[in-house]
Amino acid sequence: MEQKRGRSQLLPLFLTFLKIGAFTFGGGYAMIPLIQRETVEGRKWISDEDVLEIIAIAESTPGPIAINSATFVGSRVAGVAGAACATLGVILPSFVIILIVAGLLDAFQHLRAVQYAFFGIRAGVLALILKAFWNMYKKCPKGAVSYGIAAGAFLLAAVLKVNVLIVILCCALAGLVSSLIRAGRAKK
Amino acid sequence: MICLDLFWTFFKIGLFTFGGGYAMLPLIQAEVAAHGWLSTETLLNFVAVSESTPGPFAVNIATYIGSRLAGIPGAACATLGVALPSFIIILIVARCYERFRSSKVVSGVMTGLKPAVIGLIGSAILTMGAAVLFPGGVTAAVFSTLSFWVSVGIFALTAVLAFKKVHPIALICLSAALGVAAGYLLL
Repeated sequence: MEQKRGRSQLLPLFLTFLKIGAFTFGGGYAMIPLIQRETVEGRKWISDEDVLEIIAIAESTPGPIAINSATFVGSRVAGVAGAACATLGVILPSFVIILIVAGLLDAFQHLRAVQYAFFGIRAGVLALILKAFWNMYKKCPKGAVSYGIAAGAFLLAAVLKVNVLIVILCCALAGLVSSLIRAGRAKK
Repeated sequence: MICLDLFWTFFKIGLFTFGGGYAMLPLIQAEVAAHGWLSTETLLNFVAVSESTPGPFAVNIATYIGSRLAGIPGAACATLGVALPSFIIILIVARCYERFRSSKVVSGVMTGLKPAVIGLIGSAILTMGAAVLFPGGVTAAVFSTLSFWVSVGIFALTAVLAFKKVHPIALICLSAALGVAAGYLLL
């Protein structure tokens, strides 16, 4: 089937990603099935292989997956203008909803019941973060280099209180050097 | 001025966090604490709000902090800042995907970044855990307070349920209900 391209797709791009932004909770990989349904089966803008490509790219580029995939699909369909429309679409629902929620929180947070609720919620959120930590650990490659970098990052951040940005840069450099050394050994 | 600071801080957050979602938490927590924009308690409250509203965590938290500090213009600056790095990088990568995918530099950097996120989240869990369980600092007296044991109980129960794959929104509702019940009945 002919894939639709060009400026006529700007409004559909905006509206489709508006819908994706409005109906995915929690963000991240939770968005992928909806993106697949809307952009592959619905609009036929991209193929299933493109979706796999998006996941691979999103994993190795910075930033939220929602924005990565909106920019990618938008630019495929209608260049920079398409990327801008799709990205604006995926952001807008969060933006508006959070502005409203921020107002509600300010209005109600002094209530005793709300404070008790958040007292419970903070303990629950700690459990959710622990679960996310476990999920990421399971997906991370195992091996001496990986464990060494994870332990190093933990020590730098938790014990020595080094700036998180510097820790990230050091780990990126350590990963790069270790994989270049491994590649050099494999050649010999 | 505050708008420029919001834009630049969230630009850095957008540029240096890989994987999205909770992977962003350590950097957001560090930056927000360094600026004194939100307490760790408020940040944890907001994680629950973000889980229960649509959209990516990064955009939600950028909008929230921006709007609290400088209204709608602040929200717009912070959100633009967090989105812009991805936008520019994906536009570039979409054009030279094959070269990007086979690049030894990209895959090398990723072998460092994946475990880095694990270590950083581990460190963030310690900071946040201390804020939840020891809001007034670690002292012997804390262990004899009822609120400490209620927090531990809610944490243990939700952790078990989270590992049994109960939906996050259900867990947030449950912990809120337990917090309200414990607050009125025990505290």
